[in-house]
Amino acid sequence: MKLRILKLAPVLALSLVFAGCTSMGDKADEQTSGADGTTGAPVTEGSDAQTTGAAEGGAWTGNPLDNPDSMLFTKVIYFDYDISEVRADFRDVVSAHGDFLAANPSATVTLEGHCDERGSREYNIALGERRANAVKRMLMAQGAAESQIITVSYGEERPAAIGSSEMDWAQNRRAVFAY
Amino acid sequence: MTMKRFLLSIILVLWHVQASAALTIQITEGAEGALPVAIVPFGWQGQGAGPSQDIAKIIRDDLQRSGRFNTMPVKDMLARPQTGSEVEFRDWKVLGMENLAVGQIRPNGSGGYLIRFQLFDVYKGEQLIGYNIPTTERDLRATAHQIADIIYEKLTGQRGAFATKIAYVISTKSAKGGQTVSLKVADADGFNAQTIVTSNEPLMSPAWSPDGRKLAYVSFERKKPSVYVQEVYTGRRQKIASFKGINGAPAWSPDGRKLALTLSKDGSPDIYVYHLNKKSLQRLTKHYAIDTEPSWSPDGSEIVFTSDRGGRPQIYKVSAFGGAVKRVTFEGTYNARASYSPDGKNLTLVTRQGGDFRIGVLDLENSALQILSEGRLDESPSFAPNGSMVIYATKLGGKGELAAVSVDGRVRQRLALQEGDVREPVWSPYTRNNRRN
Repeated sequence: MKLRILKLAPVLALSLVFAGCTSMGDKADEQTSGADGTTGAPVTEGSDAQTTGAAEGGAWTGNPLDNPDSMLFTKVIYFDYDISEVRADFRDVVSAHGDFLAANPSATVTLEGHCDERGSREYNIALGERRANAVKRMLMAQGAAESQIITVSYGEERPAAIGSSEMDWAQNRRAVFAY
Repeated sequence: MTMKRFLLSIILVLWHVQASAALTIQITEGAEGALPVAIVPFGWQGQGAGPSQDIAKIIRDDLQRSGRFNTMPVKDMLARPQTGSEVEFRDWKVLGMENLAVGQIRPNGSGGYLIRFQLFDVYKGEQLIGYNIPTTERDLRATAHQIADIIYEKLTGQRGAFATKIAYVISTKSAKGGQTVSLKVADADGFNAQTIVTSNEPLMSPAWSPDGRKLAYVSFERKKPSVYVQEVYTGRRQKIASFKGINGAPAWSPDGRKLALTLSKDGSPDIYVYHLNKKSLQRLTKHYAIDTEPSWSPDGSEIVFTSDRGGRPQIYKVSAFGGAVKRVTFEGTYNARASYSPDGKNLTLVTRQGGDFRIGVLDLENSALQILSEGRLDESPSFAPNGSMVIYATKLGGKGELAAVSVDGRVRQRLALQEGDVREPVWSPYTRNNRRN
């Protein structure tokens, strides 16, 4: 019993961090390069380099997709269980990507749809596609052209978190912007 | 108590002896009323050490695994007759054995073997069957499975399915930290596993052709899903579908001429039938909801599939030539991945029970649903070709494993892989290599 409580503690702490990030449109899991200490995620080489760049130039001069202060920096959005509509807290992120694509007609993005492991695999492929398509529709409503967007569903085949807890599942129900 | 101890000893014996196999089988529950049978070690009639495989042990393991038999441990045998004339029936009767098999292996003069075996009814003191079977060193295990099939059929009246194959997907961590995904084919007891495809991208949904010589599957090797058909024994393969969107869930028609597929090229995922000779595509369903996971009825007339057109995933059916869609499942909030039993009377499927995903068998006549598994995340059920068992994927200790359960739910066994995440098992059909007596 004691062991179980101890194990729960870091999970709770992490989920608080997790909830905190979402409002900032920043995610700690896949793009570790974007972590800036406040998220509580380990600082990586990538985040060091970016901090230096921002300090020297003042305004961000690199690729806007790499600007840690931009909404575009967020490349992974998360979904509620069994839901394919974009969550309210990620709509601004999707809008930012839509604006970016509209302003950069030569840019293309692959939208990956992913699910948690529950349920059958081929059905999850279909659910993942539905998620990717929901994001695609929002991007197009923002002015992106259909030709700029490729969708692919991986269903439950490529989990971001290995494990079968609610926490793992929450990280796996996602859409990824791959430019 | 004795039953428990008996089962425990089986687990230990299997654990010990099969440790070198890719898959190890552990019987997690026993069957009451299983038939007691003794398979005496087969005698070697030649020079030297003899064949590399313990034929009688392979037969014993097969019969035990089916749940229909309790096989006598060799250490409990008071005698080891090799022919009928050496059998003292009274002794075996005292030990509670109803049936007894004995055998001899001799060199056939050209590097192979001749296996002679006899099966007896202990109470009547009569021979039930006797066979002389030629084999080779390479085919020893296959021959043992064939003998197990013959014994199984003689004693249960049902065709055995031991000399068949399973295919499954396994993912392991690669040296570079990524995932290596492989599609493997093994004997139904997990031995002789061979990799037929390997990739750094997902592989999914293996499906045997009705002749057991080809596998259709989905590969993401081109960073998007495509359906391939591969000849299992030559490795030759053909790309069948690589449209925009989903290319998935291949299912062979019973005549082997068509593949039902899920494609989303025209919008939402729908069921299509691909004619392999004509290379033509026919659309079977058209709905804005998800339609996927098609499976043909054994007579080829109907296709069941998963659809959430009613709001939640449920099983529906449609004529294999298209037309009106009928709902099949009404109980519960999640029923998916259905496939027919070989006799067409039942469906096995994934069903949500509370928060858990379990394997169920649905009786199509009276719509009764029996839950066969006990896991939280069970999926991908597949009937044995004789309909006696269902193999499925489960999670244990955070790792994907394979399990099999008898259709009456009484005997459940784990096929534990030593490393890697195993999933999507599919049991092969009978092939022309399966001896039919």
